[in-house]
Amino acid sequence: MAMEEQHCLQIEKLHVYAGAKHILKGISLNLPRHQIIALIGPSGCGKTMLLRSINRMHDLDPNIRLQGSILFKGRNILDPRVDPVWIRRHIGMVFQKPNPFAKSIFENVAYGLKINGLKDKARIRAIVEESLRRSYLWEEVKDELDKSALELSGGQQQRLCLARAIAVSPEVILLDEPCSALDPISTAKVEETLLSLRQMFTILIVTHNLQQARRISDYTAFLYLGELVEYGPTAQMFEQPQQELTYNYLHGRFG
Amino acid sequence: MNLRTFWMRLGLASLVVCTLIVVAFMAALLFDLSWQGIPVLSWEFLTEFPQKGMTEGGIWPAIFGTTAVTLLATLLAAPLGVACAVWLEEYAGEGWLTQLTRAAVRNLAGVPSIVYGLFGLALFVQGMRMGASVLASACTLALLTLPAVIATTQEALRQVPRSLREGALALGATRWETTYSIVLPAALPGILTGVILALSRAAGETAPILFTGVAFYTRYLPASLFDEFMALPYHLYILATQHHEPEAVRPIAYGTAITLLLLVFLLNLGAFILRAQYHPKKRL
Repeated sequence: MAMEEQHCLQIEKLHVYAGAKHILKGISLNLPRHQIIALIGPSGCGKTMLLRSINRMHDLDPNIRLQGSILFKGRNILDPRVDPVWIRRHIGMVFQKPNPFAKSIFENVAYGLKINGLKDKARIRAIVEESLRRSYLWEEVKDELDKSALELSGGQQQRLCLARAIAVSPEVILLDEPCSALDPISTAKVEETLLSLRQMFTILIVTHNLQQARRISDYTAFLYLGELVEYGPTAQMFEQPQQELTYNYLHGRFG
Repeated sequence: MNLRTFWMRLGLASLVVCTLIVVAFMAALLFDLSWQGIPVLSWEFLTEFPQKGMTEGGIWPAIFGTTAVTLLATLLAAPLGVACAVWLEEYAGEGWLTQLTRAAVRNLAGVPSIVYGLFGLALFVQGMRMGASVLASACTLALLTLPAVIATTQEALRQVPRSLREGALALGATRWETTYSIVLPAALPGILTGVILALSRAAGETAPILFTGVAFYTRYLPASLFDEFMALPYHLYILATQHHEPEAVRPIAYGTAITLLLLVFLLNLGAFILRAQYHPKKRL
């Protein structure tokens, strides 16, 4: 019991098929609560597929079939009877390319609160400010909350998307290469944000940047050709990988 | 000059010549209409009823009729067309019903307008007992513009990046919330442009209103949806070909033509301004 409590999310024997292609081949992975878990591996290994399975983003694509289970709050979220809206309320996501809505900065962050039925204006205002502070964007935008979010820089947009995701206070945040479109300074800011958010959320981040995985994550999972090759504490994984494949990947032998 | 350069120059020259031919026709048409039509325009011409067997007076009832019928047709076609397009693009997926609807919309777009007119006569005027009226004509015109409204709305919806939809869904929005609060606002400029362009086409149609409500001459403006009305394109047709003194009414015919053209031009200008206003500063 105590052991299970530590895990926020348990993925068991997850298989994903896209048409006839077998993309994920029996992934089992537990996400410890309030930790940052990095998902690494060469392009096309299924990292993004795995991430998008966790909040049922594949629902829209009739070609994709999922097998296995993902346990979250005592429910198997792959069960079609579990409402994807409920899942996504508790498992937020930040995408590879910043995708702010064509609304004001304020409305972007308030959007999730409003669709979830929050009407109290003062409370919305308070949560928007808090979320922007947590994503270290507040100081840069506090005087122009009514400005269109599309006028922000790429790095600011990504932090806005992060603020938007944490505003609805999910338990897990999924990030799909959130820094791949950002310059080093913006990347550093996003990383700093993620580190501070760890106290409140469980964070699963897909990254191509091994240095990033090493800098910010507590655990690292290495995926190769649809299989989980190795999963363990980040320090141990980078210093003494158990598998030769992991060693070769971390040392740039392939990928 | 070697052979490749020669072919290149010849190709370029033929493109320019073709373009010039098109522009020349446009210019001739506009010049003729403006030259003969604009001097006829006056406040009285735009605001008075025709007088003395249409040889004098203005074209106000035709302007009013065309505007009323076109606006009403738009009010009918826009909600239907937008709803249909949203269903097709956002919900339908791929199935036999979707295929059938797509095929129906495509074929509807190819139906000649005179067929719409006769269909409107059978369905609205007689079948639904609307009589020859503003309403029956508006319904017929709405039907005619529907395929265009649906096609442009679909196109506008397709332009909304998938990442925006996913962003909303990932926050726990339902598909319906995603559609009306994120996708539709983003597609709005495109939808409005499509609707207005369809409207400006409807304003110039004669065949669909011919049997369904347009009158040769009315002494009063239509007082209800069930009255007959006058319309610019039909008025022009009468003046140009059916009048017993074609020479005497020629200036009025030109005036009518340029008025119709200006009306359509104003509508298109409206579409252009709307598009520019709503256009986000940056596309995603």
